[in-house]
Amino acid sequence: MSVAVAPASAPALLLERITCAFSSRERAGESYTAVRNTTLSIAPGEFVSVVGPTGCGKSTLLNVAAGLLQPSSGAVQVLGAPLVGINRHSGYMFQAESLMPWRNALDNVLAGLEFAGVERDESEHRAGEWLSRVGLSGFEKRYPHELSGGMRKRVALAQMLILDPQIMLMDEPFSALDIQTRQLMENELLELWSANRKSVLFITHDLEEAIALSDRVVVLSAGPGTHPIGEYLIDLPRPRDVNEIRLTPRFVELHTQIWHAMKDEVLKGYAQSRRQ
Amino acid sequence: MPKADANSDAIVVPVTGQNAVAKRTAVRSLRSQPGRLLLYHALLLGGLFGFWYLMTEPGLIPPFYFDDPTRAKFFFGQPTEVFKRIWNWFVGGSIYLHLGVTLLETVLAFAIGTLLGLLFGLWLALSPSASTLADPYIKAMNAMPRVILAPIFAVWFGLGITSKVVFGVTLVFFIVFFNVYQGVKEVSPVVLANARMLGASGKQLLRFVYLPSATSWGFSSLHTAVGLAFVGAVVGEYLGSARGVGYLIHQAEGVFDIDTVIAGILVLTIFALILDFIVTRIENRLLVWRPGTAETEAL
Repeated sequence: MSVAVAPASAPALLLERITCAFSSRERAGESYTAVRNTTLSIAPGEFVSVVGPTGCGKSTLLNVAAGLLQPSSGAVQVLGAPLVGINRHSGYMFQAESLMPWRNALDNVLAGLEFAGVERDESEHRAGEWLSRVGLSGFEKRYPHELSGGMRKRVALAQMLILDPQIMLMDEPFSALDIQTRQLMENELLELWSANRKSVLFITHDLEEAIALSDRVVVLSAGPGTHPIGEYLIDLPRPRDVNEIRLTPRFVELHTQIWHAMKDEVLKGYAQSRRQ
Repeated sequence: MPKADANSDAIVVPVTGQNAVAKRTAVRSLRSQPGRLLLYHALLLGGLFGFWYLMTEPGLIPPFYFDDPTRAKFFFGQPTEVFKRIWNWFVGGSIYLHLGVTLLETVLAFAIGTLLGLLFGLWLALSPSASTLADPYIKAMNAMPRVILAPIFAVWFGLGITSKVVFGVTLVFFIVFFNVYQGVKEVSPVVLANARMLGASGKQLLRFVYLPSATSWGFSSLHTAVGLAFVGAVVGEYLGSARGVGYLIHQAEGVFDIDTVIAGILVLTIFALILDFIVTRIENRLLVWRPGTAETEAL
């Protein structure tokens, strides 16, 4: 088993002994612990995927990393400094629709620059470049409802990348897409990432996606009280093509190994979701 | 893949069959032919006026309800007389002062009411404690039959335009307020979180996220609001004033001059339609981003 050794350099993102408890809505006084005592560290330029059964608190962990959610206990460090408020060094790609429906593609992409006070001409120029980089030149004036689901994800990707974040947080960004579009997007993500290596924390429930994209896969236990139960280094060569790499023997080997560790937790999570 | 082809053929054939095409053109016909639609509208309008003329012109048809042939004319007016009134008003110029006053009241009530509704809607939606405190009062004020306030406003603000504007504002405010409040509450939490992650400050969230969402909801209320602003102005005038179309109608009713009453109503209707048209134009300009119902093109 190839359990990862903690990286030597200062991590880009460090979640230390994070616990998140929510007060229960049905029964006052009781609380539900979504995440318990979880430590996770991501090196600069490292692509880490977190997989786990549904409802195990993966998104909670990501929201803590983004600074959108205060953990009940534990600390977050970003590039060596403790995190206060919103994580300004990170971009976040959401699972659900996150584009502003009242802005066209170009205005959505340049939103971050506009918030930062960049001049209109320059931000328009840069947003146009990013749109063509994600294959959407000619769609600048389209509103989100005039774009397909895959196109909207591309716009969201460009919207995040234009700010050149040190850390990319991605919450099942492609889970709503059909399988072909999804694989295209995964390849595009890898291409963009290889050109300018940032730290990525990628949340998914799809083990194949996790292995195909990542340097390291972290497996979470079923909730409540989710915690990591295994870390696996993915030593597949880069650059990768997500379609082709799935067929290589090493991929199958890794998949079997990780799936074996995950299976019990998936079944546990499934049983819990049925009980509720 | 011959099998898939055969399948898709089987699905396509009934849709493009003559039956379906005929049905589709029938559904599309009036909307996609503005010229013909206009013709039908004109015919319908002409028919209504023709019927009115036929029923009220003395001696044209034998009397079947009233004993006196001029009685129908007395109760329902006559289109020819009504148009003569309107013509004289606009050519003689006596209407402009009254119409100007009514329109000024309407536009002021609309603008002030909308602005106040927008401000209060945003404020209460973004401040939970203020909204909890104000909630019962807002509900009570909205439930209150506010037409009853018009005479009180006349006492407080006199018989000039102020009392009408204030009355119109009370009508417009609540419509816009509730819609804006709802609009802010309905902002997608994901869009909001995304804007925060992109670095939006509190002020920028208000301007770039809450305000666009609130105005889109607010706009759906503006058609009702412009109508209510008109109601406010005319009812206010009707209850006590020395100027305005409502005043003209009130004066004419006092002497049973039905033709003038109907002429006033027609003029008001036309201007209400014009205001509504302007709102629609502004709405279409500002809300291009809203998904409409997709319609395929006929080949």
